[in-house]
Amino acid sequence: MAEFVMPTLGSDMTEGTLVEWKKKVGDRVVKGEIFAEVDTEKAAIEIESFHTGVVEQLLTKPGERVPVGRVMAIIREEGTQAPPTIQAAASPLPLQRISPKAPVSSLHPAPPQIAAPDTEPGRRRISPAARKLAGELGMDPAFVQGTGPGGAITLEDIQRNAQTRRQQPSTPPAFAGETGDRQTKMRQTIAAAMARSKREIPHYYLSTTIDLGRAMTWLQEENLTRPVADRLLYGVLLIKAVALALRQVPELNALWKENTAVQSPGIHVGVAISLRQGGLIAPAIHDTDKQSLGELMSRFQDIVKRARTGTLRSSELSDPTITVTSLGEQGVETVFGVIYPPQVALIGFGKVVERPWVIGKQVVSRPVVTASLSADHRATDGHRGGVFLSAVDRLLQEPGQL
Amino acid sequence: MNTPLMPDEIRQTVLCLLGEIAPEADLTALKPGVNFRDQLDIDSMDFLNFVIMIHKAFGVEIPEADYPKYGTLNGCVEQLSDKRVT
Repeated sequence: MAEFVMPTLGSDMTEGTLVEWKKKVGDRVVKGEIFAEVDTEKAAIEIESFHTGVVEQLLTKPGERVPVGRVMAIIREEGTQAPPTIQAAASPLPLQRISPKAPVSSLHPAPPQIAAPDTEPGRRRISPAARKLAGELGMDPAFVQGTGPGGAITLEDIQRNAQTRRQQPSTPPAFAGETGDRQTKMRQTIAAAMARSKREIPHYYLSTTIDLGRAMTWLQEENLTRPVADRLLYGVLLIKAVALALRQVPELNALWKENTAVQSPGIHVGVAISLRQGGLIAPAIHDTDKQSLGELMSRFQDIVKRARTGTLRSSELSDPTITVTSLGEQGVETVFGVIYPPQVALIGFGKVVERPWVIGKQVVSRPVVTASLSADHRATDGHRGGVFLSAVDRLLQEPGQL
Repeated sequence: MNTPLMPDEIRQTVLCLLGEIAPEADLTALKPGVNFRDQLDIDSMDFLNFVIMIHKAFGVEIPEADYPKYGTLNGCVEQLSDKRVT
């Protein structure tokens, strides 16, 4: 049996509210498949399953707030036997208790033992007619009180439950329509993460000015060959250059865990996206260094759209290994970023501006951008940070190779 | 037979597309001669998506060099007025 727990989707997340299950008891779920939708302080997130198997129990009801690390569902993994059927005891059945998994982060206290629905759905007695009707109504029998012999769920129980649901006024769940509340919570979670960052991470900052002349010319020519829907933004070149430079300085592509920087095997650049309602979110573009510029642009467009419509996936929030932020469109020339823990670095880009630039012995006008690095001095030193920024610069001088 | 587009038609369609890009914006207050990006909270990704939507809605090719011409409501009307829907 595998436990599906409320994942941590960033160091600033302490709990989430289940919006809905995407599977019901008895359904097969594949690792990586969307299993649930959870509302966090920042956005509604689609949570992927970490296991492949059959949904054995759904322990959380839509609308419930669940701390990070608490078990929300049980999945019977493939290759394992279904648990033996338990004879239903006299109604009401005792509550089934599940030991929660260890908390994901030491920041979060160990969750208390939780109460499952009044018995495991897979083991409950339910008449075939009741099961059929529940299926037709999209109702999870786990949440229906059985009144038949030994607590078995009867057709009447399903009908009564459906009737009750119809009669209840359609009040929105507690987490809906709380725009102002969400704003407050988002500020609080950002505040917690940033305060922790500034409290715990000894930042050092480096910056360099990069000539983007070649990159912009290449981009202009490249976009002439592309239909409008496939054109690239220069930001994609910056992201790709960062990802490739991380191959050369992998110490910056790491997470700080238990007093050690642990390098990540994959390069998953988190891109900071401002949300229309305020605040920001930085989901990962997985394997950024392996994407072509066209693929990267497509993924970037998709992730911005989904960030703003609240359909990000859990892995996109839990997997960034570094963050890239660009404030150039706001007229900012240099970014002095705050690292998002447990990451150990953040790259900032400012506005592309025309500046006098010396090439050979001539002063010419060139489009330039200031790239900055905020890095964790526990994980790297300025020397490696400098090597990294030089690598980004060098890569942007050969845009056709990106 | 091709039909010339009327300015009001273009204006309404452009506003409709902008509404999709920036749903929180009060488009009734949009100044037609002022750049969208100075009035609405849109970035280069939003503007690219807007250009793609214009392209699809009006069936016009928009070279990157012409993007600035589509930066205002008046600019869009001017650019699209001499186009014809097919």
